[in-house]
Amino acid sequence: MGNRIIHSISLGTVLFAVWLVLSGHYTFFITTLGILSCALVVSIMQRMDLIDHEGHPIHLTWRAFTYIPWLIIEIIKANIDVLKLILSPSLPATPTLLRVKASQTSDLGQVIYANSITLTPGTISVDVANGEILVHALTRSGAEDLMDGEMDRRVTRMVGEDK
Amino acid sequence: MSGTIIDILSWALIILGAFSLITGAVGVLRFPDVYTRMHAASITDTLGAGTIILGLILQAGLTLVAAKLLLILVFIFFTSPASSFALAHAALSSGVEPILDADLREDDKESSS
Repeated sequence: MGNRIIHSISLGTVLFAVWLVLSGHYTFFITTLGILSCALVVSIMQRMDLIDHEGHPIHLTWRAFTYIPWLIIEIIKANIDVLKLILSPSLPATPTLLRVKASQTSDLGQVIYANSITLTPGTISVDVANGEILVHALTRSGAEDLMDGEMDRRVTRMVGEDK
Repeated sequence: MSGTIIDILSWALIILGAFSLITGAVGVLRFPDVYTRMHAASITDTLGAGTIILGLILQAGLTLVAAKLLLILVFIFFTSPASSFALAHAALSSGVEPILDADLREDDKESSS
């Protein structure tokens, strides 16, 4: 129950921050309307029972700050690989389907892992079932990089399931 | 002076973004099937959109517009893998067989013989 209140407060804060960024009008009347509409959204989400650690994972915030920069660097590296491949005249693609094990136990962890795979160009997750992710990789070397499992380990560490 | 440096940096990012968008489009045309084409399209989502928006943020400076652009980047980051997954999953479950490495080699043999 205490958790739920923390999640509600944090959701309201995030919503209001987004409102502040998007609005640009900061008179008393309009800001009050903004606060009221954020509170309305939070109360509707409470009634729909949508406020939980999955929809609003604040427990990951700090660890995400180390994961996201690593992911961005991986994305840039993968982008350069795919750009080179597209621009090379012989188009040396070696498409591969493979199953990688997702060692995360929670749904949230598996979603983060599958989305990270998709976000990296050259690999797309096609199906998630039974703790395994079916991945389509553009090149065989991309598939081998994924099989090394570094991304898997980092996601597991980020969602705090490595103990 | 610092304005010129920011301008150069921002235009370099925008041109890099435009280049990767065009390359992504070329990739969509060159690759053989749905799945490999999606790889090419994902360049436009990540490097293309990312560098263009970063370049525009540098143009905007420390304003509310920059914050809005950053917000767009964050939303792209969260929504584009969801849509890619939906597309790939729909293709696979409606029976589109991916062309794999082995098939490509057989094609080569057929065309050369």
